[in-house]
Amino acid sequence: MAGVAPGGSGSGSDIYRGNGPRLMLPVWVFIGIFLLLPVILMAVYSFLTKEFRGGVIWDFTLAAYDQFFLNRGLFGDEPATIEWTYIGIFWRSIWQAGLATVFCLLIGFPTAWYVATRPASTRSVWLFLITIPYWVNLLIRTVSMKFLLRDTGPLNEFLMWTGLISDPLSLINTNFAVQVGLFYSYLPFMVLPIYAAVERYDFSLSEAAADLYCNNWTTLRLVILPAVKPGIVAGCILVFVPSLGAFLAPDLLGGAKTFMIGSLIEEQFKGAAGNWPFGAAAAMILLTLVMVVLLIHARVQVREDR
Amino acid sequence: MAKTDIRRFAGFRATTWLCLLVLYAPLVIVAIYSFNASTSITRWGGFSLKWYVDVFSGPEAPKFRAAAINSFAIAIGAATCATIIATAAAVAMNRAGRFRGKLASLALINLPLMVPEIVTAVASLIFFITIGFKTGLLTIFVAHLVFCIPFAYLPIAARMKSVPDMFEQAAMDLYATPWEAFRLVLLPLMVPGILSGFLLAFIISLDDFLITNFVKGAGIETLPTAIFGSVKQGIKPNIMAISTLLLGVSVVLVTLSWLIGRAGQNKK
Repeated sequence: MAGVAPGGSGSGSDIYRGNGPRLMLPVWVFIGIFLLLPVILMAVYSFLTKEFRGGVIWDFTLAAYDQFFLNRGLFGDEPATIEWTYIGIFWRSIWQAGLATVFCLLIGFPTAWYVATRPASTRSVWLFLITIPYWVNLLIRTVSMKFLLRDTGPLNEFLMWTGLISDPLSLINTNFAVQVGLFYSYLPFMVLPIYAAVERYDFSLSEAAADLYCNNWTTLRLVILPAVKPGIVAGCILVFVPSLGAFLAPDLLGGAKTFMIGSLIEEQFKGAAGNWPFGAAAAMILLTLVMVVLLIHARVQVREDR
Repeated sequence: MAKTDIRRFAGFRATTWLCLLVLYAPLVIVAIYSFNASTSITRWGGFSLKWYVDVFSGPEAPKFRAAAINSFAIAIGAATCATIIATAAAVAMNRAGRFRGKLASLALINLPLMVPEIVTAVASLIFFITIGFKTGLLTIFVAHLVFCIPFAYLPIAARMKSVPDMFEQAAMDLYATPWEAFRLVLLPLMVPGILSGFLLAFIISLDDFLITNFVKGAGIETLPTAIFGSVKQGIKPNIMAISTLLLGVSVVLVTLSWLIGRAGQNKK
């Protein structure tokens, strides 16, 4: 339930020996054909020529990537300069996702620590309370946040009632609202892996540090944080990666000025100005970014395990 | 001098409460306002169930009913198939010794968790269009089945790891075939894990918006896509009522899954 894959590297029991490939066949058929193959096909599409009103012509070209990175003027005859529009959208997405990760960490770490240090009897209830929102429909959660942040919504009403503000704040359609939405969407993803790491933490290390006259905060910095680092890194990845490609939070809480990668890609397939190869290219660039993050993480993990 | 508690940090408890407040406040507020008698969505006009009545018999009721039937039918189908596939995969990973492609298989099971949802959505749409598969209920079902597999797999594999294989060994010493050992011995022991896996896959399917929105085809809606379409024109009170209902379904199912998991652990 914590979203951490149990390792499968050990050979374990072998009482059904010889049946492995047969039992795995459905996984290969379904995930292989309906996910791996489509992703490969999408990579091919990013090198095709666009057809107007959606679809593609099977002529190979680099036009989609050219359009993404280079500006050749309105008629394509000027010397190429770097096109900042799409790089800018990616940069904003990386920035927003990074910021959401930092805020999730600031709230998520103390929460995970507190929950993990509860007595065993109440711990599972605490953990359950943190987990529930993770399983509640993301769309409904985002709509709730939209309702809460509206100009005439409960948050503004509350702030005006307390007298902190006299006029409603316009929160919706801002980068701030998108940031709140991302933070809110992925906060449980931060808590769960850190919780798992703290639960495995050996508290005799803290005792040893205390015996050597470390105060609690020094112990946190020098002993605990390095010990639970794998959990923190896992949490950061689980927040950063989905935030980067998020669609609902920027679409429902943001406006035209808060455009993120997810909306850019979606627009190429749904909007009037559909351009499938360009959308496929943007999706490929996003996928590459995510895979780089995951690969670096996997390599560091392997090195530290040694 | 009393020794300071090495587990305690000032402010951590307050942060935890803040975290819970942030997580629950928006949901609780929407749930409260769904019982609002007033037509203006932010002014409180007293308690009423009229928006719930509206969901079931109002002008938009047929749309919501069709969407709900689609959503539940797809979730039941996708979760059932994903659970069967994930159980077979868990047996292969935990009970079948070494075989070629074992690590690659594990990576493949986890692939839907690693590829960003928007990328999966785009890739699925391109794939279905290219092979000439008409988008509709069947494409939604297949796409859901794929991303349900890892969610069903996690609790099932975790449970299987914690069940020692001595019972099956004993059964096979008494001349049970491998299939009988699986069906009569391992499967009953696996019930809590399989139920958790099914419920999680079911919730994940019921919740999906983005991938569904790409592969659903014109005129077919699930609850999330229908809600999204309405919200685009502004949040109406009946949307809050239907959201609260869906929220309730998720909470009940997660609680069930949690209780089943706990019961399974206690038995062990």
